Amino acid sequence: MSQHPINIGGLVMNRLMGSIGDVVSQLKQRALSSMELCEAALQRQDSVARLHPFITCTSDVARESASLSQKRYGSGENRGPLDGIPVAVKDNFCTSGIQTTCGSVMLQNYVPTYSATVVKRLQKAGAVIVGKTNLDEFGMGSGTIDSTFGPSKNIYRSGIKYDLLLSNREPDGLDSRFPTAAVEDEDWYVAGGSSGGSAVSVASGSTFLALGSDTGGSVRNPASYCGVVGLKPSYGLVSRCGLISLVNSMDVPGLFGRYVDDVAAMLSVVSGLDPQDATTVPSDLQSLQLPENPSLEGLVIGIPKEYHCPGMKKEVIDTWTKVADLMENCGAQVREVSLPHTKYSIICYSVLNPCEVASNFTRYTGVFYGHRVESSHSMEAMYALTRSAGLNDVVKGRILAGNYFLLKENKNRYFKQALKVRRLISQDFDKVWSSGVDLLLTPVTLSTAVRYSEFNNVDNRTQQATQDFCTQAANMAGVPAVNIPISLNTEGLPISLQLMAPWGQDAALLSAAKWIEQHVNFPRLQVLE
Amino acid sequence: MKYYWKLGKHLQNVLRHYSNTQYKPHLHSDGWEAVIGLEIHAHISSASKLFSPVGTKYGAPPNSQVGIFESAHPGTLPAGYQITQLDYPLANNGRLEFIVYNSSVHKHPYRHSVELMQIQLEEDSGKSIHDDCNNRVLVDLNRAGQPLMELVFAPELHNGEEAAAMVKEVALILTRIEGSLRVDANVSVHRPDEPLGTRTEVKNLNSLRSLVKAVDFEIERQLNILECGGSVTCETRSFDTLSQKTVSMRDKDVIQDYRFMPEPNLLPLRLHDSLEPNCLYDGALDINELRVVMPELPEATRQRLMKDYGITLENAILFVNNDDLLNYFIAVMSCSEHNSHIVCNLMLNNLLGTLNNINVDIKDSPLTASAFSEIVDLQQSGKIVPNITQQVINAICIGRDLRTPTQIVYENNWLQLSHDDLEDLVESILSANEQLVETYKTSKKKKKLLKALMGKVKEATDSRANMKVVNDILLQKLRS
Repeated sequence: MSQHPINIGGLVMNRLMGSIGDVVSQLKQRALSSMELCEAALQRQDSVARLHPFITCTSDVARESASLSQKRYGSGENRGPLDGIPVAVKDNFCTSGIQTTCGSVMLQNYVPTYSATVVKRLQKAGAVIVGKTNLDEFGMGSGTIDSTFGPSKNIYRSGIKYDLLLSNREPDGLDSRFPTAAVEDEDWYVAGGSSGGSAVSVASGSTFLALGSDTGGSVRNPASYCGVVGLKPSYGLVSRCGLISLVNSMDVPGLFGRYVDDVAAMLSVVSGLDPQDATTVPSDLQSLQLPENPSLEGLVIGIPKEYHCPGMKKEVIDTWTKVADLMENCGAQVREVSLPHTKYSIICYSVLNPCEVASNFTRYTGVFYGHRVESSHSMEAMYALTRSAGLNDVVKGRILAGNYFLLKENKNRYFKQALKVRRLISQDFDKVWSSGVDLLLTPVTLSTAVRYSEFNNVDNRTQQATQDFCTQAANMAGVPAVNIPISLNTEGLPISLQLMAPWGQDAALLSAAKWIEQHVNFPRLQVLE
Repeated sequence: MKYYWKLGKHLQNVLRHYSNTQYKPHLHSDGWEAVIGLEIHAHISSASKLFSPVGTKYGAPPNSQVGIFESAHPGTLPAGYQITQLDYPLANNGRLEFIVYNSSVHKHPYRHSVELMQIQLEEDSGKSIHDDCNNRVLVDLNRAGQPLMELVFAPELHNGEEAAAMVKEVALILTRIEGSLRVDANVSVHRPDEPLGTRTEVKNLNSLRSLVKAVDFEIERQLNILECGGSVTCETRSFDTLSQKTVSMRDKDVIQDYRFMPEPNLLPLRLHDSLEPNCLYDGALDINELRVVMPELPEATRQRLMKDYGITLENAILFVNNDDLLNYFIAVMSCSEHNSHIVCNLMLNNLLGTLNNINVDIKDSPLTASAFSEIVDLQQSGKIVPNITQQVINAICIGRDLRTPTQIVYENNWLQLSHDDLEDLVESILSANEQLVETYKTSKKKKKLLKALMGKVKEATDSRANMKVVNDILLQKLRS
């Protein structure tokens, strides 16, 4: 392994914003080396550090992986589409030997002895893990502002200098219609959450891909605000082993990338049966390759009317309409459909989430690992002091609520009732699919990213109730959903849309997402060094 | 997960073998009736924990059977809480029939039957040891995550002996138990025509002795409270083996709400029965495969022994309670056509008595089953008398005589004297004691004199005579 600093030129830095397909072909042709790419990614991580996408930079591990990757390219033994590609991992996935904090005091010094299945699969495929990304504590939030390590900030209008390029169909075309300067008064735009660090990492070119986790929208929401592709796969397609549990029945490892093809390549690597997670299913996506030019011919696209919700910004609705029209004009059949129980999703989630949280968080006692506050009084006192000091108010509030909902006298009224509502929400989807609808097109968030000053006015729970309106139902039903950046608004902020598909139709979902990507010309952000 | 069903069906099969419940109510003074329901936890003998590959070695050093699952590291699924089947147990609606018989308490065995409400799988918890001297708590996670089977029985027992008999039967059925069964007993007292009284739960009874003592103590305690007009407090108690009393577990008298919820990380356990034509296969485990390889249940063994060998229920109970005894008995019976009553008598009284005296277990008996069988033959055919039988047993077991029983009998000249020999012998004794014979013929105290004559004959026979025959011959000769 070379210890000499590598001089990274502007050309290499610019490649950080490309697609992994382009980069891998350059690696194969030796126009670029894995080590150069790794150093460029680490340098970019450095230069956007004030956005705080990362909790931990794993430069040593990254350089070691990159060096091995470089050797493989040298001998022509590369391991496929992710070999040598810098990736980031949300800090709620266990990484052996690397601290895994969940953005919490409770685990701030916790170093797992094992790696999450998805992490192992990425490493086996030759991916270069450059860091662990920031999140709302234990994934509970929608702004990545509730991390014990401080907030992550959106790159748009952050003061980091960048150009906006027209999409890769017309290379090098500068798009100067949109403002890119920092917003006034030291304010900033939230990155969305809870996987905000991963979204910013990908948006800024610190990595090509990132792992996130999505329980109620935690991948799609920040992807939407940061203008990147964010996939929540079908529940059971990707192993949760080593993903630190929030809500077991809804948690899904999610994938971030700037291009739909990149996300598809990542999905092909991480998906599939894992004996360590009994809810996983065998998958045939290991050789997933999306069509060069996907077609909408014969597809039925549903527009669920309930997603026109109060408070949704006009620019979002306009974008939604525009893309629906575009799809209809290009061969899809577009029809209005109804998912009548959508409006109960938030309230249902605010019962089910705390219940599972209350149960999952019993393990944080300070006895076996993690933060501990000693007490000479009793073991129970040690638990209490440890949990009181180790968990933030949002987490504690949910634990308390969950324990209340699960009391013998409350269980039927809250928990069991919520389970029934969840089934109704899930059945809404089944009915729509069985009526012949292939995909659903909806907004992801009610608006573009909001300023921190505005976001922080509202408490975490209320914020999440608004933020998750369009994303949560997919978690209730376990269906795949993807965020696709569409355009920028007049403030220069990304507007995105969501596609949802029946359970297990992740490939079809991504094909349609790729079609949209190819037809909307979303302006590409290029960081200026 | 197959062993769960093996054991589950085991119990269901018990039901088919039982019938004729002869339950006798046990009423206490002033018409009170005690009611006991048991919950039994048995470790399932498995190489690994329920949800992790970590081993389950019994008696291993503390915290040596522990991995990331046992210590509930973040990201391990499912971990961090105890998992139990509650709403959907593996089996329910069963019944266990068993025999209540403790020879020091009961004159005769009687059958009793209790509803087995459910069998559920669960994980064992870790162990914390409170070290009050050093003000610290020590934690051992070896047990954490071990598969347990919990058997929940209806409150249909009435005293400590019945409780012990039922646990004993469960223990016999679950032959591959590692460690001990842990039993919780719910005890209450009421009048038979009234609703059940307030119950107390006595936790963690881990020997049959403790169970009997704890249950009977608890019944007495509650009876005393009720007789004095008091009322029983619903609470959890533990049994103090030193004082032989149940004591209140003060911290736990508030009813715990465990706030159970379904475990999303576990899929339903699907089972299939290929004997049921309408049962979907769907890749599930076939319980019939297990049914086929299931060993004979204890009650079936008792029934078979009684039917095949004509032995009593008491002896069948003895044999089924002790595998070594049973194996010895079957080995003896298969050697030749024996009278099972003679075998049981010689084995359980003479042989076991001798072995007990020299503190040797039946499975290490110096007298092999085939040699024992030879002794039985010698006695059954009248070649030796019972006295000699004991001498042969002593010679081999205590004297470590290496010859066969037949050799011992012949070489020691221990064969029973024939009728002719005895007649000659009696004749010679009578002629040698003419004075005594004369006195006998005229005396009114004939019995005493006869006894004296018998003694003289016996002395001369060297204990090789059937004394009843001697008696007959003597009487006949005295009459003539």
